[in-house]
Amino acid sequence: MSDIKKIKDEYINKLDKDQNIETLNQIKTELFGKNGIVSNEFKKLGSVSQEERKKFASDLNFIKEELQNKISSKIEEIETKEINLKLENEKVDVTLPERDFKQGKIHPVSQVIDEISSIFSEIGFSVEEGPDVENEYNNFTALNTPDNHPARDMHDTFYLDEKKELLLRTHTSPVQVRTMLKGKPPFKIIAPGRTYRSDSDQTHAPMFHQVEGLHIDKDINMGHLKGCLNYFIKEFFEVDKLKMRFRPSHFPFTEPSAEVDIGYEIKDGKIIIGEGDKWLEILGCGMVHPNVLKNVNVDPSKFQGYAFGIGIDRLGMLKYGINDLRAFFETDYRWLSHFGFDPLDVPSSYRGLSR
Amino acid sequence: MKFTIDWLKQHLDTDLNDKEIINNLTNVGLEVESFENASSELDDFVVAKIINAQQHPNADRLRVCDVDIGKNETVKVVCGAPNAKKGLFTVYAGPGAIIPKNQMKLSISKIRGVTSYGMLCSEAELKLSDESEGITELSEKYKEKIGKKYFDTKTSKVVDLSITPNRPDCLGVRGIARDLAAAGVGSLKKIKDSKLNQNFDQDLKVTIKKEKKQGCTIFGSCLIKGVSNKESPQWLKDKIVSLGQKPISAIVDITNYVMIDLNRPLHAYDADKVSKEIIVRNSKKGETFEALDNKKYCLDDDMCVISDQSGVLGLGGIIGGTRSGTELETKNILLESAYFLPRSIRKTSKLLNIDTDAKFRFERGIDPKSIEAGLIKAADLIKEVCGGEVSKFDIQRLEEEKTNKVKFKISLFEKITGFKIEKKEIIKIISNLGFKINENNKNLDLEIPSWRPDITQPIDIVEEIVRIKGYEHIQTLIPEKSRLKPTLNRQQKLFHFLQRSVASKGFFETVTWSFTDSKINNLFRENYNEIKIVNPISSDLNVLRNSIFPNLIFYLKKNIDRGFKDLSFFEIGPVFSGTKPGEQLTVIGALQAGKYFRLNWQETERNVDVFDAKRDTVQTIVEAGFSKNKLIIKDQAPSYYHPGKSGSVFLSTEEDKPIAFFGEIHPNIVKKLDIKTDALIGFEIYLDYFKETKKKLKDQKSQFEYSDYQKSERDFAFVIDKKIKAQDLIDIIVSIDKDLIKNVKVFDVFEGENIPKDKKSIALNVTVQSSKKTLNEKDLEKINNLIISTVERKSGAKIRS
Repeated sequence: MSDIKKIKDEYINKLDKDQNIETLNQIKTELFGKNGIVSNEFKKLGSVSQEERKKFASDLNFIKEELQNKISSKIEEIETKEINLKLENEKVDVTLPERDFKQGKIHPVSQVIDEISSIFSEIGFSVEEGPDVENEYNNFTALNTPDNHPARDMHDTFYLDEKKELLLRTHTSPVQVRTMLKGKPPFKIIAPGRTYRSDSDQTHAPMFHQVEGLHIDKDINMGHLKGCLNYFIKEFFEVDKLKMRFRPSHFPFTEPSAEVDIGYEIKDGKIIIGEGDKWLEILGCGMVHPNVLKNVNVDPSKFQGYAFGIGIDRLGMLKYGINDLRAFFETDYRWLSHFGFDPLDVPSSYRGLSR
Repeated sequence: MKFTIDWLKQHLDTDLNDKEIINNLTNVGLEVESFENASSELDDFVVAKIINAQQHPNADRLRVCDVDIGKNETVKVVCGAPNAKKGLFTVYAGPGAIIPKNQMKLSISKIRGVTSYGMLCSEAELKLSDESEGITELSEKYKEKIGKKYFDTKTSKVVDLSITPNRPDCLGVRGIARDLAAAGVGSLKKIKDSKLNQNFDQDLKVTIKKEKKQGCTIFGSCLIKGVSNKESPQWLKDKIVSLGQKPISAIVDITNYVMIDLNRPLHAYDADKVSKEIIVRNSKKGETFEALDNKKYCLDDDMCVISDQSGVLGLGGIIGGTRSGTELETKNILLESAYFLPRSIRKTSKLLNIDTDAKFRFERGIDPKSIEAGLIKAADLIKEVCGGEVSKFDIQRLEEEKTNKVKFKISLFEKITGFKIEKKEIIKIISNLGFKINENNKNLDLEIPSWRPDITQPIDIVEEIVRIKGYEHIQTLIPEKSRLKPTLNRQQKLFHFLQRSVASKGFFETVTWSFTDSKINNLFRENYNEIKIVNPISSDLNVLRNSIFPNLIFYLKKNIDRGFKDLSFFEIGPVFSGTKPGEQLTVIGALQAGKYFRLNWQETERNVDVFDAKRDTVQTIVEAGFSKNKLIIKDQAPSYYHPGKSGSVFLSTEEDKPIAFFGEIHPNIVKKLDIKTDALIGFEIYLDYFKETKKKLKDQKSQFEYSDYQKSERDFAFVIDKKIKAQDLIDIIVSIDKDLIKNVKVFDVFEGENIPKDKKSIALNVTVQSSKKTLNEKDLEKINNLIISTVERKSGAKIRS
């Protein structure tokens, strides 16, 4: 017994000293190898007397276990140390730049069109489109703007032929004509798109964007028009309060016609919509003229309704604080980067129009 | 349309203040462009006396004056006028004043080293006359007025209205007053009776020729004999100046005054210069005359001219001629008040490109019943100012003018506006607007006033009532959420999807003009016809674009020139294939320039290349719901791509139109446009060529099949003819057993060492998996051998060992 106790103490001492994996394995072999010290002690079991055998075996097993545990914990300790050392050596400077990524951008006009579509979708409007090149009839005559009428001077028109029969649409209103000609009432549509007028300065671009609205049914009156626009403007500018004013005006294709102003003020150089005592004209609208309805084969004694036209670019400028209209179309990397939207920012009613 | 508040009050009796009047103008639909305090501007001009004038130390022509500007104040003013001398009474404007002539705002400034506090003004600068040689010289009488305002402080505020084309009546002050009176802003004053003595006949013969396309239907006139034309009196000058016009002479100023007062254009001829008679007739091609704008016009057939026996005097309703114009020496005048047809006026003025006040009014429609009122008012004033005797009026008519009528059902008002007002009020509003009314149960039979050519049908009456009543009475009804059909159709959904899909790959969306420079467009035009704009905004935006690229590449270059190197732009929008409506396609065009990796601490630098373009193209199409394995890639692309590094994508073998092109942009184009970049690639996606996916997403998702059996991967390397495309090899392998061969991936392409010159080596990784069982060694061996033998047989390739 004292032998094995001695062996144990000797090896525990040894193990407590500095060791590495090799020396530990060596010790393991010395103890438990085929001719190891402990293995040899077990071999002695047969020669031990009956009465001592049980205790000897038990002591031996105890010592074996103790040594084995000590060795494995020692090994684990060393391995952990080695791994930690390895990891320590692998440390990188995480402030180095990440791998390059590219963020794309959606143009403010597209974003605003999506916002507008989302808002009108909520009240049941669907989206219609029409061609950019129009004939003179759809752009003017069908819209109650006959040839040789001074109202045509309100639009500086780009023409594609000398006879002035083909032109770039000066407004999105011809989509009204196309939509009504190909279908039957009721109609409840918006039509966003490109429009063209041949003037160009700081506040005018030869191309800009409009959204047309049209709602024709049996009993749609000016109260519906006011309600629709009041809803739209509030939603678009994401304001609870809105000062809105309808002002009589004239468009050949609506009667009565109105221009709509909204109240605003300037705080710290920024336009605040909905408050203040200044007025800003933002759109034109009215009840669709009976002559227009007749031109598209809709009986004005049975159907009536409203139409409106809004400048998309201008709405975007107001909402997002953009000063220069022409910059929309100049593809300046810096401008697009600043005013563009993340492609994942899809305007919708449940997520909100904008973040 | 400009007028002053006090002018308005000559027609309108009202207690309301200026601000209330302005608000009411807006409320009835007469949009106020500006409301300027004309008097406050002119308040800055005061009577002053030069008390000392010395030579400027640094300039021969300048003088430094000590000027007494009243209130015991003396200022130094540097002045260049030769008549600036000690003791002169003149007009002084201090810093902050705005000079009427050029709208320049004065400030304290140093002139050749001497500080000048304000300015001494010439008559021209004050818009009083053309006299610009020296400063205004005032008489001794002004001694008492030093420091007082030079201009009459009664000068009223100027209102500028933007009158819509339907309201010619409001191009006259009286028309505006009538609208305001109807809206309850006071009452319309009666026009004073004339005290004219007309003792002799108008003996200059006037004829309106009865011809087809005659543009004149009424010609009224009178002679005023023995006038002495002169400068206008101050009150009239003030009126003319307040409108931003230049006073000319009493006679001309009076005709202009009446035009603005009553919207009744008039013309005064020097009667002694008219050869015997007046003939209103159609012009003949080639006739010429010199107009009052000092231009010579050559006329076409059928323009309405006023002529005499020796030829054309003027274009009726548009512009008079110099031959018969009035001058200060004019003794006898013929005053014309006529009615010209709007269409005729518009046509002629468009053809000759003339724009005048009279033309603007006649083309919108003048009150045909205002002929006499205009003659009376002008003759009265001319007699008062210039003296002379007025003849009886001679009025020639081609036809009697009709009174237009409309039947108005009262219920229509509520039907359109959504609110109700009393019949009594309706009647009051429209009668104040000048309608004559016959009540007829629930209808009103209305006679439309002659000055309202815009009113023809019942809906126009609704507008009259609602605008006078006030749009604020219209209710705000909460919108119904009922929907007739889905917001977007398939094609529109695709548009929005692809737009954001491309942007999400790092591209900046742009919006550029639909027109472009024909020179750049020609590089991308292919077989399309050039679509010219007849009246382009500038010569470098003269055609409709046949491709997205011309503008995109132009702006890309601009950004590169700004110093940006790695750029990705795209636009989604129309390109045009013809001049007819609908001859357009919706296309995504994307360009990427520079390097994929640049100055990168990890990756080696490389330029963007055709396979970057292909990845973005294919990924976008796949994201839109099309299977990558079914796409057909061909090596054909338009000529603006690099012929060896570009391709097209087809949705299937049956489609004859590619849905996309991709590749490097042709080096010649890069060179021609001088684009300084490492590399330039692009792709185009044609939305119109996408066929509708047969199934909606919800149907596509119905079945989910997968295999849990063991996958096996094996690599092959084939030596193959260079001309054979990788895709062909893949197609051969896939077609061997579509159930077993799950994926084929090219992982190496190699040419050169150990490979014959006309050959290449392609290494592929093939994934094999059964959905029925785990494949054993034998099965795998079989399929591997089949792959090798099939590829060798079909493509002439040899397996590399």
